[in-house]
Order: sequence, then structure tokens, then C-alpha cells
Amino acid sequence: MLEISNISKIFKNNKKDLAALQKTNLLINDHEIISLVGQSGCGKSTLLRIIGGLEKASTGFIKLNNKIIKKPSSNIGMVFQDPRLMPWLNVYDNIKLSILNENKKEQKVKISKTLQKVGLENCEQLWPRELSGGMAQRVAIARALVREPKVLLLDEPFSALDSFTKTNLHQHVKELWVSLKLTIIMVTHDINEATSMSDRVLIIKKTKPREIENSQIINMSYPRSEFKNIKYNQLIKKRILNS
Amino acid sequence: MNIFFKINNNKLYKLLKSLYNLFKAKFSQPLIGIILPVIILLIWYFLAVTETIRNSLLPTPNEVLKEILILANADTLFSHIQITLTRVFYGFIGGGIAATILGILTGVSPFIRKLFDPTIQALKAVPSLAWVPLFILWFGIFENSKVALISVGVFFPVYLNLMMGIRQIDKRMIEVANINNLNLFQTIRWILLPGIIPEWITGLRSGLALGWMFVIAAELMGASEGLGYLMIDGQMTGRPALIIGALILFAIIGKLTDELIYLSAKPFLKWKESLDTMQVGANNA
Repeated sequence: MLEISNISKIFKNNKKDLAALQKTNLLINDHEIISLVGQSGCGKSTLLRIIGGLEKASTGFIKLNNKIIKKPSSNIGMVFQDPRLMPWLNVYDNIKLSILNENKKEQKVKISKTLQKVGLENCEQLWPRELSGGMAQRVAIARALVREPKVLLLDEPFSALDSFTKTNLHQHVKELWVSLKLTIIMVTHDINEATSMSDRVLIIKKTKPREIENSQIINMSYPRSEFKNIKYNQLIKKRILNS
Repeated sequence: MNIFFKINNNKLYKLLKSLYNLFKAKFSQPLIGIILPVIILLIWYFLAVTETIRNSLLPTPNEVLKEILILANADTLFSHIQITLTRVFYGFIGGGIAATILGILTGVSPFIRKLFDPTIQALKAVPSLAWVPLFILWFGIFENSKVALISVGVFFPVYLNLMMGIRQIDKRMIEVANINNLNLFQTIRWILLPGIIPEWITGLRSGLALGWMFVIAAELMGASEGLGYLMIDGQMTGRPALIIGALILFAIIGKLTDELIYLSAKPFLKWKESLDTMQVGANNA
């Protein structure tokens, strides 16, 4: 279980304090998909980066299985908006970056297994420049998954892709979520993506320092029909616009 | 009979085409580079033979070749080449190492950059010959002053390219290292070093080119051996063939040493999609 408790983030900018998050609280169950939505600059990515250990919160803490997260850990994998593959490393070595401390034999087995999972068998020797946008993002997902994390953080990973590739990758991430029993936290601007992919949606509002809590959760029940998804979309849009 | 001839003809055509493609792939690039020197040689030959330019100013290519062969037969040519090469080598190593260390430090640390960079940028503007009297005073007339001068020439391009290369490393790549728990050594080995190699190599190549320019200035400092000395000797004794011969040797050896760095660096740069690789790809398609 991932526990987000009283998280605030204030950026000090010369004389002015900028609040990105204010007293955000959330309990995320194992094997759940949560989407973080909200207007630009509201702090969605900041929250994700705090969960990933890339940034420190101004107040509060985040616990994964009762352990406070202070820095990046192998239990958490992260995929960014752009694939961030090292252009000087081929696909194999890019994925290997995640498991450098393991021995070569293990690395080989894990990498080939993970490449199979993301549907990129026989692509080990390709250079990043030889990959399409969708393939590069799959390599980035493979790099995050090869460590077998419990939690996968996705920071708008599909936003730069065309709609066909995006749909394909949605399906693929869902399959990985089922087969690997992952907990997924995803930042997105696309409300359709949020409702179709996730169990719950956390709406984060823009805030000022010393304001009260700036997030609210939308629970979405199952089974989910297309009609129900549209209803949820409208609800989420309304809440974001009112925020 | 006609069909048989046609088939054979097709096979022959394919064979010739594949031979032509092989020749094109293997030799066309180096051969293209030779065209301009050959044209210059022909124009030079024409101007010299017709004495459009006086022979005392522009000797024929034959005379230049003869002058080089005389030196070679007297076993002095190779010692001149060797001494110049040795000076450039030590200057390149000295300047290259100093520039690499300082380039890394100023690239990584904003404090060290603020401390050193303004002074280094100011010194960069000092012309090569301006260092000569100072270095003779400091290091004497012999080898040390020459090597020091060449090191100065090599230093600036290597330093500038490396520092800029480090500063331009994408911060987002470092974030990938952080999220994957890479330690400092792993971050340097897998991210920083490969990321800066292209700029470093460019710096080394420019540095070497400047090293070859500075060796002339160095060999003006009272040298009694070296290709630069041959040029001065040619000037003093009124032998333009010797000057042009030394000049050509400078160009050839300079090109060869540059090619050596380029070839040694090639395995580290194969990931880079440059105009070159795109061109080769297009040709192969």
C-alpha cells in the first residue's frame, strides 16, 4: 500500500513562494491504477516526482508498505513524458541501466524477458534513433519494469504519441498491469485516458500557499460501460473547471 | 543463341554493377578528396612550367619532390619529421591532459567555472607568437619552451569543447540515472562520459590542428631541427622548393594524425546519426 500523507510542496522563487501541492492525502491500494489530473502547473508531476523520490516534499511523507520514501528505490519505476533513452546506448544497454548491479547472466535473462513483455523481442541491438516513438516509449517502460518494481509511475507517457500508437500502448500497459500485478500512478491531461485506464482519479487544483487541501478523489465503480465513462469524463471536467 | 547472349549479358551487367557498387562504397569517398589536390597540382605544374610565376618563387613539383628526396637520401628528412612529430605529440598530450582536467572541473562546478573561465577566455585571445618570448625566458631555448607553446595551442579548443559538452548534458538524463539508483561512478561511466565524448573528440581534433600551427611558431624559436626549421632554412637560403616541400609534409602528416584520432574515436561515436551516416544510409538504400 502506498500512503500519501499531508504532502505539500512550496517552490521558493526569489521573494514569492509558489505552492504546487497543498496537504494532499491519499491511500493507494496494491494493484490499483490511479490517474492524477488537473490544469497545467497544479502539481501533478511534482507529486509523481515526490513519490519517485526525485523531489523532496515541503511537508508530509509518502510511505510504501510502511517505509517512508526519501530517495528513488528499486520498488518504484518511472516512465517520463519523453522516453529519455541514452542515444549512445542500444536498447539492451538502455534497459540494463536499471539493473547495473546485477550479474551479467541475470541481466541478460531479465532484459530478454522484459523485452518480450513489451513486445520488442529482437530489438536489443537497435539504437534509439532507429526506434519509432511508440517503440522508444516501450523501451522506456521496459527499463522501468526490468527491476520488477511494485509501483510504476507514468508521467504523461502517451502524450507525444499518435492516437493509434497511444491506444496500442494503453492496451499493453493494462496487460502488464494485470500480469505483473503492478500499482500504477499516471499523470495525464487526457480525461478519456484517465477514465478508461484507471480505478480512481485524483483531481489536483491550482493552489496558493497556506490554502487548504487542494485535491479531491473521484471513485469510479465497476463494471464500466462507455456511457458510464462519458459520465465520469463530464464529472471530472466539471470539477477541474470549477477548481 | 540470342536468349543465351541476353542472359549472359544480364549476368555480366549485374557483375559489373556489383563491382562498380563495391568500388563506389570502398573508394569513392577517399578518391573524391584527392580531386582538389590533383587540380591544384596541375595548376601549380602549369604555372611553374610555363614560368607564369618566376621559378625562383614557384618551383615545379618535380623540383620540390627532388628536394624532399635529397633530404630523404641524406637521412635528415626523417629526423626532421620525427622531431616535429615528437614536439607535437608531447605538446598534444600536455595540453590535452591539462585541458581535459580543467574542462571537466569547470564544466561540473559552477564555482570553479566562475573562478577560472574568465581568465582562460582572456588568455585564449593572446596570439601564439606573443607567448614565444615569455616561454623562452621561462623554459629556455630548447625543447621545453617549444612543447609548452604547442600545449597552449592544443589547450584552448579541448578545454572549450569539453566544458561546453559537459554543460550541455541533458539534466533529464541525470534524472534517469537518479531514478535508476546509479551511483556516481555509474553515472559518470554510463551517462556523463559517453555524452561528452563527441565534444571532447571535436576538441582534440581542433586542438591537434592548432598544435600543428603552433609547432611552426615553436620551431621559429631557434630550432635547428624540424619541419618548421626546414622552412626557415629554405627562406634563409633562397630555396622555395624546400619551403613548399616542408609545407606539403606538414599538410600530409597533419592530415594523417587527424585521421588517426578520427579512426580511434569512431567506435565511440557509432551511435551518432551525423550527416555522414545519413549519407551512407541514403547511398546504401
